[in-house]
Amino acid sequence: MQQLTNAPLYTEYHPRWYRPHVSVYWWLGQWRYLKFILRELSSVFVAAVIVMTLFQLRALRNGPEAYAHFQQRMQSPVIIAFAVISLFFVVFHSITWFNLTPRAMPVRLRGKRIPEWMVAAPNYALWAIVSFIISWLVLGGRG
Amino acid sequence: MRQSNEAPLWALFSAGGVVAAFLIPIHLFLFGLAFPLGWLGTPSYEHLMELVRSPLVKLYLLVLCSLPLFHWAHRFRYTLYDGLKVKHLNEVIFTLCYGGAVVGSVLAAYVLWSIK
Repeated sequence: MQQLTNAPLYTEYHPRWYRPHVSVYWWLGQWRYLKFILRELSSVFVAAVIVMTLFQLRALRNGPEAYAHFQQRMQSPVIIAFAVISLFFVVFHSITWFNLTPRAMPVRLRGKRIPEWMVAAPNYALWAIVSFIISWLVLGGRG
Repeated sequence: MRQSNEAPLWALFSAGGVVAAFLIPIHLFLFGLAFPLGWLGTPSYEHLMELVRSPLVKLYLLVLCSLPLFHWAHRFRYTLYDGLKVKHLNEVIFTLCYGGAVVGSVLAAYVLWSIK
């Protein structure tokens, strides 16, 4: 039997939160995580298109020769390859963005939620119309 | 409670996301692929200048360049925070992302302004 006079034995209590270690590559493991990161990275290609547009506007301002030079640079295989990759990403952004609308604004009709595709569909229609109008204006009405 | 500046930044993110979703793909398709590869007849310099001189098109181009940059700033910031787990560089990343968006917007405004 233990003597009561002995100093009681305490174990120091260190509360440790449960913090699992997450690797830097956590998003490579599952398709939905990878998709999330790819969607977020699409913003980099959106920014790249804006940089392209800024160069284009600067070339336009600097005159016909500068613009011809800009057009020539846009024909380089490296830029074309980059444009193809960028197009994939910016379209990926558009699709994921349009498909999010029904989640952000669920539309109810007589108390019932209308199907998600019916909320998303007008976005695609508007996208087509807007793209057509821009092409038509750029092509000078002859497209 | 500390006041958060997230709400206006989130509004910019979301507005930029809409603008980018509707407008960026066609701009890239036309000027990045269709014209350089000769799929469509390239519009002349004069025709493009005629468009860009119009105040309405200038406003359109300013919106096109500015808002999606703030969209990029928001997404890229969180991708760096979460994807690369570099939350300790919080302030540097914040400054670089939104600073970049501001610089891009100012450049766009300047170029458009100087087109006569």
